[in-house]
Formats: sequence, C-alpha cells, structure tokens
Amino acid sequence: MLSRVASSVYWLSRYVERAENVARFIDVNYNLTLGETDTLANQWAPLVYTTGDQAPYEELYGEPTRENVLKFLSFDKKNPNSIISCVSLARENARTIREIIPTVVWEQLNQFYFMVRSAASEPGLMDQPQDFCERVRLASHMLVGATDATMSHGEAWHFSRTGRLIERADKTSRIVDVQYYILLPDARDVGSALDVVRWSALLRSASALAMYRRQYGKITPSRVADFLILDTQFPRAMHFCLRKAQQSLRYITGSTAGTFQNLAEQRMGLLCSNMDYTSIDDIIDQGLHQYIDGFQKQLNLVGEAIQDVFFTPQYQSQASSTQTQSQTG
Amino acid sequence: MRLAPYQSVDCFDEMFAPDGQPRPSGKKFVERLQTLTEGSLQQRQKAAEISLQNMGITFNVYGHEAGTEKVWPFDLLPRIIDAHEWEVVESGLKQRIHALNLFINDVYNDCKIFKDKAVPEDLIRSSKTLRQQCQGYQPPQGVWCHITGVDLIRDRDGQIYVLEDNLRCPSGVSYVLENRELMKRTFAPVFQGMSVAPIEDYNEQLLKTLLDCAPEGVSDPTAVVLTPGIYNSAYFEHTFLAQQMGVELVQGTDLFVEDGYVFMKTTQGPRRVDVIYRRIDDDFLDPKCFRSDSALGVENLMEVCRAGRVTLANAPGTGVADDKAVYAYVPQIIKYYLGEEAILPNVPTYLCSEQKQRDHVLGNLDQLVVKPTNESGGYGILMGPQSSQAERDKCADAIRANPREWIAQPMLKLSTVPTLIGDQLCPRHVDLRPFVLCGKDIYVMPGGLTRVALREGSMVVNSSQGGGSKDTWILRNGHALSDPHFSPAALEKN
Repeated sequence: MLSRVASSVYWLSRYVERAENVARFIDVNYNLTLGETDTLANQWAPLVYTTGDQAPYEELYGEPTRENVLKFLSFDKKNPNSIISCVSLARENARTIREIIPTVVWEQLNQFYFMVRSAASEPGLMDQPQDFCERVRLASHMLVGATDATMSHGEAWHFSRTGRLIERADKTSRIVDVQYYILLPDARDVGSALDVVRWSALLRSASALAMYRRQYGKITPSRVADFLILDTQFPRAMHFCLRKAQQSLRYITGSTAGTFQNLAEQRMGLLCSNMDYTSIDDIIDQGLHQYIDGFQKQLNLVGEAIQDVFFTPQYQSQASSTQTQSQTG
Repeated sequence: MRLAPYQSVDCFDEMFAPDGQPRPSGKKFVERLQTLTEGSLQQRQKAAEISLQNMGITFNVYGHEAGTEKVWPFDLLPRIIDAHEWEVVESGLKQRIHALNLFINDVYNDCKIFKDKAVPEDLIRSSKTLRQQCQGYQPPQGVWCHITGVDLIRDRDGQIYVLEDNLRCPSGVSYVLENRELMKRTFAPVFQGMSVAPIEDYNEQLLKTLLDCAPEGVSDPTAVVLTPGIYNSAYFEHTFLAQQMGVELVQGTDLFVEDGYVFMKTTQGPRRVDVIYRRIDDDFLDPKCFRSDSALGVENLMEVCRAGRVTLANAPGTGVADDKAVYAYVPQIIKYYLGEEAILPNVPTYLCSEQKQRDHVLGNLDQLVVKPTNESGGYGILMGPQSSQAERDKCADAIRANPREWIAQPMLKLSTVPTLIGDQLCPRHVDLRPFVLCGKDIYVMPGGLTRVALREGSMVVNSSQGGGSKDTWILRNGHALSDPHFSPAALEKN
C-alpha cells in the first residue's frame, strides 16, 4: 500500500485511541474526586501528567483547577491531545484515505466527530462529564468494532492495529507510572497506606477491574502493576499490546518469529522479548518508575522506526516526503 | 399529499405540461406523490439531509477557510426523462464524443481538418488550452478524452441543446451515484417499480475504460487516481471513485519517475503505475514540462506519457476541444469526421473573433450572454439582460481588446423541475450533465447530474453558488435501454 496511506491509517487509529484514553482518564478522576476531602478533591494535576502535556497546560492555564483541566483535555483546540483535537485529526487523516476505509467506518468516525463538536457547545456538560466520556468511549469502541468487522485484515488493517496498540501501550504505561507513583512512592511499602478505592480506580481507568478480579481477586499493588504491565491476555496490558503489535508488523513484512527485516521490527522484538522474560519482582527491584521510563523511551524509538521504515521510505532519485504529524507526550 | 397549484412561467417544465397535467413521463411519479401522507415528503427530505451529513458527502468551497466542507445540497424530487427521448440524447452524445476524439487526435497529429479548411487553423493555434507539448502524441487506443461531462439544457421550445463540453476534469459523477443511493434509502416506496435505468455500474465501466487504454504490452495494468489533495473542491469525488474502483488514490508526492516508468511509493517499495486517471489540470501535471512552480504533479511524467509507458486520462491537451470558440465548430467537426449532421444541436454561438459576429455581439450586449472562451465554473460571464451599462461597457472593451477570448450566446431559459421549497413544490431551473466514457467502446451513463438553482428565478446551478442537485431518472418504459456499448471502428488508429 501507499506509504502515505499507511501513515494515515496508523495515525487515524492512534488518535482515536488517544481520544478514548483521555476520556477514560477524565471519567475516573472525576469519580475519584467526588466526595473526597478538599485536598484530594483538587487532584487534577496528575491527570495532566498522565497525558504528558503539563508544559502546554501551564503555559495556557497555570494552576490545575478542575474546570480548566477538563476544558484543556476535552475541548481545547490549542491542546493537540485534547479529545476534540484527536478526533479532528483522526477525521482529517480519514479524509485523506477515504478510498481505503469501509464506508461504515468513515460514517462512524464522521458521527463521532459531530458528536464531540456539538458536545463542546453543550452548556453544563463539564459539570458532569461522565456521560460525555462514556459517549467518547463507546464511539471509539464502535469504530474499532466496525473496522474489525468490515475491513479486510490485510496490510492496512495491520497498520491500523499497530497504531492503536502502540498508543494504548503508551497510555497504560502512563497510568501505571503516574498513579502508582502518587499512590505509593515506594512499592515495598505494601500494606502501609493501601487505599483500595484508589487502586480500583486505577484499574477502572484501564477498564481492568473486573478482569483483574477474575485473575487475582484481592487488590495488591504489585499484582495490579503485574496485571497492567505484563499480562498477556488482558487487551489493555502493555505486554499484550506489544505482542499483538509485533504480530502485525510481522504480517506486514512477512518476517517469521524471532527474525527481523528492519529497524522497526528489531526494536519491537527487543522490547517484546524483554517483557516476555521479565517478572514484576524484577521490575520492582529495578524501580517501577525507572522501568516505565525506559519502556516509554524504547516505545518512542519503535514509533520513530516505523515512521522511517514504512512511511517515509527513501528512494534513490526522490527526496522523501516528510510527515508533519508528530507523536507528542 | 395534495399538490398545491404548481405553475412554471415562461419556460418548459419537465414534470408538468402547461395545462397543469403531468407529462406522460411524470404521470406515474406524480400519482405516487399524491398517495404520500401530508408532511411525509418533508420528513424524507430531512432524513436525506441527515444522511448526507453522516455520510460526509460534502464539497469544499474555495475562498473559505481551508478545508471548509459544505454538505451537498440535494432535492428529493427527481428529474424524469422518457426512454425514447433519452435514446436520442445518448446517440447524440456518442456521436459528439466520437468526433471530438478524432478532432483532438487530428489537431496534434495530421492537421487534416485545417488543411481542408473545415475549421480555421488560427483559431485552434491561438487556443490557450492547446498544448504544444502534445504534438505528435498518439495515446493508446487513440483515445484522448476518456471521461467527458457534457452540459445539456432544455430551452423554452422544448429542445435539448448542448451548452458545453467538459473534457478536462469534469466533476459530479460521484454525486450522481450518491444521489441515487440516497433516493433508494429515503424514498424507496416511490422509487420501487418505476423502472429507472440503473447507473450503478458506472464505476465498473470507468475502471474498464481506464484499463482498456493501458499502454500496450501491459498484461495486468495498475491504475490510480491522481488528486491535488484534500483541499481540492472535488476531493470527495476523487476518494469516491478510487474507493469504488478499488484503486489507489495518489497525490503527486506519492509518485516518481525512474528508468522511464512511473512508480508509486509503497510500504513494500516502489510499484509501477500504468494508467493515471488524473484530476489535476494539464498545467500542474509535470513541472518539467508545464508550469515549473507546480508542486502537485510529478517530475518527468510527460516524458513517460509521450514514450507510451503510462496512460493519462484524460490525455493532456484534450482541453483544446472544450475551448468555447472551438465549441461553436463542433457541428462542422462532426460533419467533417463522420459525415453526419449533429444529432444534438449547439446553442447558437457568436464568435467575437469573426468581425461580423463581433459587431452583432457589440450591438446587442444587453440581450446576450457573453462568456470567456477558456474559463470554467461560470467565471467571467456577462448576463446581458441583467447587466448594468457600466458592466456592458467594460465587457465591450474586453471584447475589442481580445476578441479571440470571447463568445456570446442568446439568453436561454432553462427548463424547470418541481422542487421542495419549504413545504411547497416550486418550479426551479435545472441543467443536466451526463457523463460519457470512451475507451474501446463509448458508454453514456443513463441520466447524469441534474443541477438545480434553488433560488427563485435563478439560473445559476453551480453548487459553489447555492445550487443543489437531483436524481435523474431515465425511464425504461418497460424495456431495457439500447445496448450501452458500441465499438466505433474509426476510433482505432486511422
């Protein structure tokens, strides 16, 4: 397929996934702060950390207040990672590749966009954002469902899946990092100040509570971390995401397991096999935050390599076309 | 529903005869309309509009914020044409495209028509759309204008005239197909059993036309659609056609020329391209050959095209035949190449380059429509009867300064079709753009794009200026239309 089209289909998925994650973050944080004491009721800063946009936020708004954070994350067009920006960018990408996406997928995304746009002008929406967040999450799920059900699972679909899963792995890693750090600076302090409400909230922000319960029952910090980082069956766990993304890359290139043909596959393989053979105790020993930090850096390198290998290939006599979209955060 | 008094003044109405009774072609439809409950037409119209929005059927408007999309305006009441009348239109269009194709080929090769003085040579030589770069070019199958949109109008006298040939990158066919789809979705009870000629195979025909004209010796050709990109006013159409044909939609930056061939950049490396349905004007195709400042095209593309290693559809240089001064000669062109009278008449046209005709134009500016010969999309037109003295003076100066650039035609009164305005049916003026495909055979889409001027009395049907569209029904009258194909032997290289 065309390199430009592959790039658009990849970014389209990433942006939709990003919008969905932002909606999840808002929803969970809003529910958490309801009924909390004053100190906790003002816990809106971590939300901005989670999306990785603290610098632009401070520039635009200064102190993180509830109202401003919600506005910044939902409808602020100056924030390139706000829900409305992500959905607009996804739609712009889709518009350039309408010829390859199934009509139902385009229509679904189009309606998603109109829904967010009209929500932006609904009065009082941000006083009770849950309903909006729910609509965003459902719209994203419908889109993914429609894509899986109506698009041939060929190269374009695999690029789409790769984009979505890389984005999701990145966001889950941020949830674990930020929330874990705030909840429990030292993971060895098991039993010291465990707040089950907050831990379940963390799991809920990844829609992981019910699946976690079935797997482990009681909530303990290291198991929560294990589940969200290393589980191979839960679809929002970092390890799961990377394994599937790796499969998609292999489908695209035709490489067999354990081999690679380009830098993207090599970096992806290294990152995956590291996760295959590590345990949560190893991770906690080396420091959870350090581990996540390293993971995110490597994931960014994978993203860059995908960009170089597939989207901006160098041809002998032709200057490469440059992508203007960048991954932020 | 009750049809309120409906009267079209001083022009031909497509649905109702002057006595207020439906014409035979519209009889069945009007009967069905009357069986609808009150308000149901409006309800369906509303549903259609929501559908259009959700389906993202839009067009871009130049001069607005980049990327501004407007939803395509659509009216639920179709324009209906009888099968027998359509047969005449269809054969007239085939004849016309056949002759124009031979003409373009002649202009760039043997120039017989000049030598025989059937068309003045200097008129062609001075055409802005003549491309010297195409001199001596022989496209595969001898086809220059693969895709043509011909604008037809019906005047007061009931006669259908050819108003304009669009041979460069005619737009609108995607809306024809989407309108039909929408009609079926929202107006099924009325549509059912009406025996409307199907248009749904257009995309198949287009793909076949393109592949039929691939360079010689390519067994499994790859076709693509070349678009200027997302900000082009017809971008929706470009994606639609690429999607429906299952071919790649490429931009100039996706292509490059190497070793004498055109390639596209794919995730699996370069892939050869054999046929390009280009929706970019000649001037922007190849900065090495045409405008050097163009960033939309592909360097050295024309070299590959001239060497016969890639087919461009339409071929560069076809625009010479839709120069409006050349248009005036089309009946002679048909006569010259085919030895036949034109089946579809031209609108009477005065050429300002001819002194006598120019004098007539200058003396009657207040009664004529004056058009520049090389613009498209309705730009630069003077509507004589509605103009001010100052506008006419300015126009007269422009004609005297550059007579070759202007033609004039009598003011025509476009026919009307009932259109839903608010909760009433009102007569609104329409034109019709059927699409003609020319490959190994010639195919005429049964129907075409009916554009409607939504403002009362207005005859401006362009969507950029508030025009809308309607579905066009060619009734089959119980029998299948004539075989849509015929093989003009003369299209083979002569």
